[in-house]
Order: sequence, then C-alpha cells, then structure tokens
Amino acid sequence: MRDVMVVGTGITPFGELWEHSLRDLGIRAGMEAIRDAGITSSDIDALFVGNMAAGRLIDQTHIGALIADFAGLAGRNLPTVTIEGADASGAAALHHAYLSVASGLHDCVVVGGAEKMTDLPDPEVTEITATALDQQWESFFGATLFSMYAMMARRHMHEFGTTREQLARVAVKNHRNGALNPAAQFRRPVRPESVLEAAEVADPLGMLDCAPISDGAAAVVLCSAERARRLPGPQVRIAASAQAGDTLSLSSRRSLVGFDATSVAMERALKLAGRSRKEVDFAEVHDVTTISEIMAIEDLGFVKKGAGGPATASGMTAPGGELPVNTSGGLKARGHPLGATGIAQIIELVLQLQGKAEERQVPEARVGLAHNVGGCGATAFVHILEVA
Amino acid sequence: MSGLAGVRFWRETKSRYNLTGNRCGVCGTVFFPPRPVCTRCHRESIGRMEEHKLKGTGEVLTWTFVHEPRPGFEIQVPYILAMVRLDEGPALLAQMVDCGPGEVRIGTRVHSVFRKIGEEGKSGVIYYGYKFVPD
Repeated sequence: MRDVMVVGTGITPFGELWEHSLRDLGIRAGMEAIRDAGITSSDIDALFVGNMAAGRLIDQTHIGALIADFAGLAGRNLPTVTIEGADASGAAALHHAYLSVASGLHDCVVVGGAEKMTDLPDPEVTEITATALDQQWESFFGATLFSMYAMMARRHMHEFGTTREQLARVAVKNHRNGALNPAAQFRRPVRPESVLEAAEVADPLGMLDCAPISDGAAAVVLCSAERARRLPGPQVRIAASAQAGDTLSLSSRRSLVGFDATSVAMERALKLAGRSRKEVDFAEVHDVTTISEIMAIEDLGFVKKGAGGPATASGMTAPGGELPVNTSGGLKARGHPLGATGIAQIIELVLQLQGKAEERQVPEARVGLAHNVGGCGATAFVHILEVA
Repeated sequence: MSGLAGVRFWRETKSRYNLTGNRCGVCGTVFFPPRPVCTRCHRESIGRMEEHKLKGTGEVLTWTFVHEPRPGFEIQVPYILAMVRLDEGPALLAQMVDCGPGEVRIGTRVHSVFRKIGEEGKSGVIYYGYKFVPD
C-alpha cells in the first residue's frame, strides 16, 4: 500500500437548499474540489460517491453515473460507483477511494458525498433514516433513529449519572463552533436553557439534541504521494482509514451505552497510523445526537467509559480544551446530509491541518481524527489525517 | 404499496404473534428474532437451530417516550418504546402499553400482550404483534 494524500476540497453550504437539486450540489462540491487541487477533469481516474437514500428521498439511484454525466465527464467513460453504509456512506466512499489509490489501481480520484433531504416532509424523512435500523424487528414496532439514541441516553444516565445538562453542553458547544463555520446550517449559538426547553423528540432527547434534516454535498480529491508532489498547496496524508461493524439491531448488542464498532475501528486506525491517542490534536465525531458525542469520546478512548458527560462539562472538548471536538459545528450545527457528512468531516480535518480554518483554527494542528457512524452503530469508520 | 405488500408481514407472523424464536441445538443459546446461524457455533449450528417459544416475560433495560414518530404511528403519539431483556436471554424492542411513563423504569418487570401494531392507510394491511405491559 502506498501513501495517499488529500489534495483538494469542495463543500456546498449545508441546509434547506430548495433551489438546488442533488446533481447541482454534487457537481458544485466536486468542481470546487478539482479547482482547489489544481488539477483538471482529465486527471481524474474514477469517481466515488457516498449516498444513503436518494432512491427513496428523490427516487433516484445510480448517483455516481448521474454526477459524472452532469459534470460533463460522461465522454471520458470514467468508472463511477455509489457506496452506501447508512449515514456513514461518506466515510465508506472515502475508504474505498483510498484503497483504490493506495493499491496503485488509480492515481487520482474524486470522492464525494451528497444527500438531498428537504424535498420530502419531515415524517417521511424520519421513516427513511429509520431504514438504517432493523426494519423487521425495530422500525416495524415504531422505532426511529433518534428513539434508539434516546434509549441509549437513558441507560447512560442510569449507569453513569450522566445528566440532561451535560447532554445540552454538547449542543451549546457545537452551535457555538458552527456559528464560525461559513458552510454550517446553523450559524447561531444556543443557550443551555433553549436546549432543555426545546420540543421533545424522544425523551430525554429534544429537538436541539438531534442533528437537523439537511441538503448538502462535499468532495475531496485524493492522489498518490508521487502525484501530489507535483501539485501546489500544503499536503495532508491519510494516515489511517479503518472500519468496524456490529449487529444491525441495538437489542443484540453487548452494550447499550456505547458502540463496540467505534472502539474497534479506533484500535485499527491507531495501529495503521502508528500513532497513540495522545498524538491526536482534534477530532470530528458523529454527534447525530448529543449523547452520541459523549459516547463517541468514550468509545474512541479519549476518556474512560462513563466520563464523557463530566469531560464535556469541564470544557475538555471545547475550543482551547485538551481535545477540541467538532470545531466545524458537527452534525448538530453544520448539518447532517447523511451521505455528505463523512466527507464534510474530512474537509474540516484538512482545513485545520492546512491552517485554513480561520476563526475556528486549532493551534498547532498536526493530527486530526474523523469518526462517522452508520445508523445506530452497526457501522463505524475512523480516519486519521496528518500533516505530510 | 403493491397488492402483495402484506406478504412481508405474513412471513413474520409466527414470531410476531407468538414470540417464537429459536435455540441453538449445539450450545443452547436462545435467539429472538430467530437466526439461521448461531452467533457462537457458526457453521456447527447449521441445520441444528430449533424453534423455541418464548414465555414473554422479562425486564426493561431502557425506554423512551417517542414524540416524533414515523408515519403510521401518529395516532399513538406519544408512545413508550422499550428494550426488554427476556428471561430466556435475548433482548427485543417493543412498545409498552396500558401504562404511563411514570410506571416504567429500568428494571420494571413486564410481560407480553398481543396487539395491533399499525396499518397501511385506510384500506391497507393491518398488522399485529407483541407489546409489553408492566406486571
């Protein structure tokens, strides 16, 4: 396996983008990434797209071919593929794009993630995100994605004394971070009281504990290290791309207070990167709900199991803390267009490592970590990126 | 929905109506929902998984009060969804009924009842299955 570099990034704003179709968004992000990399479309060997649910959200499958076509690349007969791993589809696409370059099959590829969610009413979107659960034995009985996390939150509170206020601190921090991110869906801070008083979704989680419904796309260009040497710009290396899985249904798991898939993916990633946790300067984690971020910092091993709530309340994960988490605003404030999220996380890592994150810059950022989860933890990816 | 939409519900009737799971003939582990292969014995268990009727008794591992439902569940809102550990070992997800949120706690003893789960519109399939009530 050879070294793989991220040489360009492109992202659309996330939010309710009624004037833009999925193809508009995907092409906009992809073109921006190509321009940013300083390459031309004739340099591209393949296109990988992460998308969870366009088949149901906009009645369109075959997204890879669609985007390549409307980007004007059909005449080049590029190989394209769409990759699905629920809301970890973006990281899944990155993983397979990475493998294609690391293996030597391709030299330069574009990998994007895109989702168009606001063409349908909210209850239908709730039904579609619940397709990531076990349809026959969970969703059938009335489960939604957020209700699964709500049950984990209640169990976490019961076992470790995690409080509703500690959960709210995650939302407050991530909204404050999102306010500094031009691509974020919510660019305004929220008060802790607003989080606690927001409309209930699935008790103990309310509206401001849960990631929003979003449209958006993000793309990066990957190159071999040899090829990247001929390109301008500060270089960022993918030090590790690791995945782990678990049972599809939460009821069959060993634990209701964390994801083994996250812990195992983390161990694999550290081994691949030849790094320790202490060397990680900042992280983007899958905060699809507030309890998700608390469980993530525990499962990734940055704090011990059960200590995520107090660690968050102490400011450990805030800007300037020991481990800044979700400087982009996370899924909570940047927005969560399912398939785009995994790539948007990578873009935040690249901007931080290149020193281009402006007001939200982490000082001396050398090693960053991205953690993307599918559904309720049956799939987890950990990527580690570093300054080359 | 197509005319055959009901088939996918009919296939699961036995497990959903009677809480029928299965048991590995090699190690004795009980599964719900039934699995074609034992998660411990793997290929040794092939052809040796036996049907196993569960008693429907157990305790609440965790629960939530759902306010934002999926389509088809609107008239039930808010409803209690619980993870129940059955006495035979497996855990499952189900609604709690005939009780308020004040009557459900982690550790509450429960038993299963047979109820309507939902329906597909006014003229579609009505589907049934298990829910749980406190003892």
